[in-house]
Amino acid sequence: MSSTINTGSKSDQSDASGKLDLRGASGGGMFDYAPAPESVKAPIADTYGLFINGEFVDPSSGDRFETLNPSNEETLSMISSASVSDVDAAVQAARDALPEWSGLPGSVRGKYLYRIARRIQERARELAVLETLDGGKPIKESRDIDIPLAAAHFFYHAGWADKLEYAFPGKTPEPVGVCGQIIPWNFPFLMAAWKIAPALACGNTIVLKPAETTSLTALRLAEICQEVGLPKGVVNIVTGAGETGSALVDHPDVDKIAFTGSTGVGKMIAKATAPTNKRLTLELGGKSANIIFEDASIDQAVEGIVEGIYFNQGHVCCAGSRVFVQESVLDTVINKLGDRLASLRVGDPMDKNTDLGAINSKEQLGTINRYLETGTSEGATRHDVNPCEVPEKGYWCKPCFFTGVQPSHAIAREEIFGPVLAVMSFRTPDEALSRANNTPYGLAAGVWTDKGSKIFDMASKLDAGVVWLNTYNKFDPASPFGGFKESGFGREGGRHGLAAYLK
Amino acid sequence: MMSYTLPSSPAVDGVMVDRRAASFTTRSIKKESKLAALELAVSMIDLTTLEGADSPEKVRSLCRKAVRPWERDEEFLGRRLGSVAAVCVYPSMVPYASELLEGTGINVASVATGFPSGQYPLDIRLRDVERAVADGATEIDMVINRGAFLSGKYEIVAEEIAAVVQACGKAHLKVILETGELKTYDNVRRASDIAIEQIREEDFIKTSTGKVAPAATMPVTLVMLEAIRDAYRTSGKKIGMKPAGGIRTGKQAWHYLCMVNETLGEGWLSPDWFRFGASSLLNDVLRSMQKLQSGEYAAGHDFSDA
Repeated sequence: MSSTINTGSKSDQSDASGKLDLRGASGGGMFDYAPAPESVKAPIADTYGLFINGEFVDPSSGDRFETLNPSNEETLSMISSASVSDVDAAVQAARDALPEWSGLPGSVRGKYLYRIARRIQERARELAVLETLDGGKPIKESRDIDIPLAAAHFFYHAGWADKLEYAFPGKTPEPVGVCGQIIPWNFPFLMAAWKIAPALACGNTIVLKPAETTSLTALRLAEICQEVGLPKGVVNIVTGAGETGSALVDHPDVDKIAFTGSTGVGKMIAKATAPTNKRLTLELGGKSANIIFEDASIDQAVEGIVEGIYFNQGHVCCAGSRVFVQESVLDTVINKLGDRLASLRVGDPMDKNTDLGAINSKEQLGTINRYLETGTSEGATRHDVNPCEVPEKGYWCKPCFFTGVQPSHAIAREEIFGPVLAVMSFRTPDEALSRANNTPYGLAAGVWTDKGSKIFDMASKLDAGVVWLNTYNKFDPASPFGGFKESGFGREGGRHGLAAYLK
Repeated sequence: MMSYTLPSSPAVDGVMVDRRAASFTTRSIKKESKLAALELAVSMIDLTTLEGADSPEKVRSLCRKAVRPWERDEEFLGRRLGSVAAVCVYPSMVPYASELLEGTGINVASVATGFPSGQYPLDIRLRDVERAVADGATEIDMVINRGAFLSGKYEIVAEEIAAVVQACGKAHLKVILETGELKTYDNVRRASDIAIEQIREEDFIKTSTGKVAPAATMPVTLVMLEAIRDAYRTSGKKIGMKPAGGIRTGKQAWHYLCMVNETLGEGWLSPDWFRFGASSLLNDVLRSMQKLQSGEYAAGHDFSDA
């Protein structure tokens, strides 16, 4: 196969081969899709307070910071910065609410969770719009994945609320207490749901801190808590930067910390909580491997690669950022990947046809760009085949992949958290395994083969919390999610996820 | 064909095929793009009638509809709308269609080879093709031998396709796989690869007869488009695609076009390379066009039957 991509190795290439014209697919050809902007509006206030004890209150310091639309750098709103005393007030509110909330019959707690789930569904489009404005992800994803999955998490855990003794037979499940939860900016609303739903089902009360750049949808969730009449103080939401998070982690009256975010911060939290009685669960970074065998359904595997690394601009902890391809099909996979990459639509996140939106923040774009430079300077070949023209304003990174990557390269070892893929090869299943496991992380993996025995063999030997087989990025509230090694510990979702919120 | 070598077909996994095919249904096509897509769809339609009760009169009205699909085109578009790609009929109706369509540029497609079952001796199936071509068919829609395929006698399938190619002469060939009887995506892919190898550049592969459910689906069409793509990328041989049966609405039509656009690219966005086999699709496409231009949905009876 010939194409614009030359991997430098011999393959089944011939001069007679055809080249596909995929300009139209990525938005530049004869069959343009015309702008399809999402028309639902999500009102945004000029300023937002902290949600403490069921009320929105001003921050004690009066400090506020701006939250931006990363696709055009316009200020959306001013968010309150919670100080140590604000966090203290939130923890106190959660502590005060705990006896009554944990004393409610499970069926009553379940009722509140069902109400929240239904209210999320009713306000789904507005939440999706807000998520996309604040975070830069395509409306297609926030509309079809983030918000529906968040609602599903509340529905799922609502069902568990009155059945906890059946989940853990022989034990009397008791809530852990006041839970401090710190969530990242890549799936702001969904991560809030992952954290809040099981904690509430198990009778805990909560102080949640959203990421600095993406507070808006969590604050909408606070509104929803008000709308459904959730007892005051059961859910508190404190916005702010790292200091707010530290104040929550260090607070002596917090019983548990649940953190999703970078491995660096996770290690700091682990150190801070080690000398205390706090329970801790961490869901951290990853450098997950997608392994493509020669007998795989290649076109579908390429879809899996694309979903694995370019979903949400690669801002996904379980992103399949390393791909190992069996040598005999390496060129085929690379050519097909190039074709597919050329057909991705990058641009306005609010357009319903956009496949990749904006990078979440200027800082993150800087990080990704540094890795792009490192990749090239270390000797890998970058394939920048997407023809889209991105807007001038905003934070943009077009999807790309590297070939000629060595396992020692930074782009093969470190989490980039962007639409950047490292393609490597292998010859035997053993080699694929050892290369895939040669990472400090252990969050997820994908195996692509038509052979069932190979699937089970690989799945049992891969050091990863989640192994997807002939698919990738499938999420369900009933399925536990989490990693090992430097990807963290503890599980979210399923019965295993409940265990983290019970003693 | 003494030593037949089966083309090596890649495995197809249903989970991601279904997921990818579904992704095209969330494409949002607006305004002038939608109008262009609908107009393109009209130009790609093989307007079809394949009933035992077909009559010369039915074929006459079908041909008239093919030439001028929309009587009120000038009112709503300000210009004449082009004709459809072909009229597709049984062999007995070919003489009428070819007489009526002479000089219009519209193709006369005839199903042949013992359509829809293909359960006839090969010489009769070939005679069926020769007769249709002699009567004026410019396109032949053949059915593959599913009995041979499903019993693993792939060389027979290939041999027969090659024989039909010969019998077609200058007429274009469309090879109907009848995917509803092949059942698995792996079979669809294998049958596609076998057919693509035997037919000539500019010939087509086609999903269904329309007589077996399910007829065309988006995932099945995607698998066939991928086979066409792989053949083109490896050998440069360019093959056309025709999903048939089950495509009834304008919205479905533009979802298919998005799939073609994002799988094969612009090179296939013309009636030379992509067709819809349909009877009721045309009027729904026209209805969508009228809605786009006037803002109001018309009733079904506002559009003439074929």
